[in-house]
Amino acid sequence: MVAAGKAKLGDMFMNGGTSALQLTGLTKRFDRLAVDALDLTVHAGEFYALVGPNGAGKTTTLRMVAGLLKPDAGAIGIFGIDALRDPVAAKQVLAWVSDEPMIYDKLTPIEYLEFVAGLWGIEPRRSQPAAQELLASLGLEPHRNERCEGFSKGMRQKVALAGALVHDPKLIILDEPLTGLDAVSARHVKGLLNERVRGGCTIIMTTHILEVAERMADRIGVIAAGRLVAEGTLAELRQQNGCHDMSLEDLFIALVDAKREAA
Amino acid sequence: MSSAAALSWFARHELRLAWREWLAMMTGGRRRKTRAAVIGLTVFAATMHLPAWAVIGRYAGLETPLDKTSLIVITATVFLAWALMLSQAIESVTRVFYARADLDLIMSSPAKLTNVFSVRIAAIALVVTSMALVLSSPFVDVLVIGGGARWLAAFGVVVAVGLIAAAFAIAITILLFRLIGPARTRLIAQILAAIIGAGFVIALQVAAILSYGKLSRFAVLTSDAAAAYAPGPDSPVWWPARAMLGDGTALLFLLSIGLVLLGAVMTMVSPRFADTALSASAHAASGSRGSDARTFRGGSRQQALRRKEFLLLGRDPWLMSQTLMQMLYLVPPALFLWRSFSDSSTAIVLITPVIVMAAGQLAGGLAWLTISGEDAADLVATAPLPPASVIRAKIEVVLIVIAMVFAPLIAGLAFVAPLQAVVTAAGIVIAAGSATAIQLWFRVQAKRSQFRRRQTSSRIATFAEAFSSIGWAGTSGLALSIPLAAVISGLMTLGIMAATWKLSPQRD
Repeated sequence: MVAAGKAKLGDMFMNGGTSALQLTGLTKRFDRLAVDALDLTVHAGEFYALVGPNGAGKTTTLRMVAGLLKPDAGAIGIFGIDALRDPVAAKQVLAWVSDEPMIYDKLTPIEYLEFVAGLWGIEPRRSQPAAQELLASLGLEPHRNERCEGFSKGMRQKVALAGALVHDPKLIILDEPLTGLDAVSARHVKGLLNERVRGGCTIIMTTHILEVAERMADRIGVIAAGRLVAEGTLAELRQQNGCHDMSLEDLFIALVDAKREAA
Repeated sequence: MSSAAALSWFARHELRLAWREWLAMMTGGRRRKTRAAVIGLTVFAATMHLPAWAVIGRYAGLETPLDKTSLIVITATVFLAWALMLSQAIESVTRVFYARADLDLIMSSPAKLTNVFSVRIAAIALVVTSMALVLSSPFVDVLVIGGGARWLAAFGVVVAVGLIAAAFAIAITILLFRLIGPARTRLIAQILAAIIGAGFVIALQVAAILSYGKLSRFAVLTSDAAAAYAPGPDSPVWWPARAMLGDGTALLFLLSIGLVLLGAVMTMVSPRFADTALSASAHAASGSRGSDARTFRGGSRQQALRRKEFLLLGRDPWLMSQTLMQMLYLVPPALFLWRSFSDSSTAIVLITPVIVMAAGQLAGGLAWLTISGEDAADLVATAPLPPASVIRAKIEVVLIVIAMVFAPLIAGLAFVAPLQAVVTAAGIVIAAGSATAIQLWFRVQAKRSQFRRRQTSSRIATFAEAFSSIGWAGTSGLALSIPLAAVISGLMTLGIMAATWKLSPQRD
């Protein structure tokens, strides 16, 4: 099945020169079908929000992109790199942050960032100033030499985010990055992410907070039952549904209900 | 609810928690495995009767009045059991202080805290004593079968010794809190637990080496010198031995001491138990500070991984308690080796299996921590390096630590017996490699904090690791004395490894 997906990959890469992420026929089944032949393209330099109800297949999709899960079928292209054939090259330009920050309790934030930079092979002369800047911008500077074991969930999330940014990735995948952050921290993080996008980075983010998607994302993809049911800018989504004054929340509920009824 | 009813309700709650904790340890947290764990434990307990028979079966026919040597051996055995229980109890108490997450709930409830924490202290004593009863029952059974019902009093001795051990453990831990504060107590308590657990046996071995040039601890206990220094047969020192043999007065005395000590500790400690536990949990949440100045180091990705692993191993709070005892058991062989510089005894061959066994066990623990205990598995899995490179870097860390620990011993041995040094070094490499391989075949992603429970994640892996270490230790020892037997032993151990590999879960 994966081979069938790979057959399409040549065409896919030849056609899309500027896509940061291209998914073709991506499929994953656990006890049930989690991701159902998903086709998705995210352009370089774009802030893309993937929204959907619980169990829609958002996290499974992104875990496959990050190389944490093997798809049953389909193809994944990251900046023209076939991520299934050459995962190491794909991972070099990618960063992944999950909703449950996985950091080391016994390392300090600065030690964690040094480790992540080393793992991505970044020269210390580049990574050290970047790490210091990130700690400062995320408000972690006063805690840089404290072990993470005593950190709140929000602080841990910020350390994980700093780890994702320290190696200057071209594509950042964030799974519910604002979970556990207070309003001030959330604003800091949003500012930091917007800054990265302005600098040419591509961000794909899942979120349950639709206002965040509405405000931050260039394009929004709505996923339900493992398939993309709608995609576009907020204006395009409204146009597709013929409701010009609908909020994203109303649109989202309408789309998901329609998908459920169709199923 | 009346005060008595509330207390009994809380006691039931504590016992249920303790039971579930124990069950989770036995089943690796998998509920479906409860029946398998009960069957396994029953089979294990039944099987333990065989070695128990071999070790103490001959003592079942002992009759009072006992000679001094028998009194010494029995009393020393009771003292050894007490030391082991005390070690276990210190670890349990430390765990309760640092890990229980229900303090906020208990302290915000309208229950009388002194009573609640008295129950908690009693529960600790009960858990320690129950565990000791389970472990000692094959030995007591053998004595009862061989020597009659009077040996049933040994169960009473185990209970008394358990109560005394629990009382001492709580008093020691609270004292450490008062003296050195919660920041250092966890580490020091673990070191103390390991030293107490291994200390008595090691002290006997050290005395045997220094006095008789033997590694056997019985050399001291059964010596004429020990009998000459020992007090007369009517001394209270022998009451534990007499209680073992069914002396009702002595048993009652021991049980009374246990209850009085535990009661005294409850009375003194319960009012302050909450403060102590709170300061411990507050310390656990506040974390420690690292050094202020830090310059990033360069190097390959594998070097970054190795540096991280070394740093985490050095900071692991449970590694110390789990491996220190193994390391302490290396002290007698090292001393024996040192003594052998002046005395070329053939008994030096005995230290090779001890060293090889310790290397296998230590490597198993380190391999679990580095391979399975990866707290940021997603981060490492999304890093741009092949999974094989990650595993290789982690294995290298295990082997480097093993080399650092055992190289001084091998260097010392090389001066005394070069051939033995070569055989021992080969044994260390093979035993450490085998234990690491088993951990690799059975790896399951877990938090490092679950290190204490690593044995429960796979029974096959645990037994295979133990049998492979024993096998390679035996093979190394035999290679120096009966080479043909070493070939057979080596092939058998290879067979164990092959069977383990066959039983291991399929890996991608």
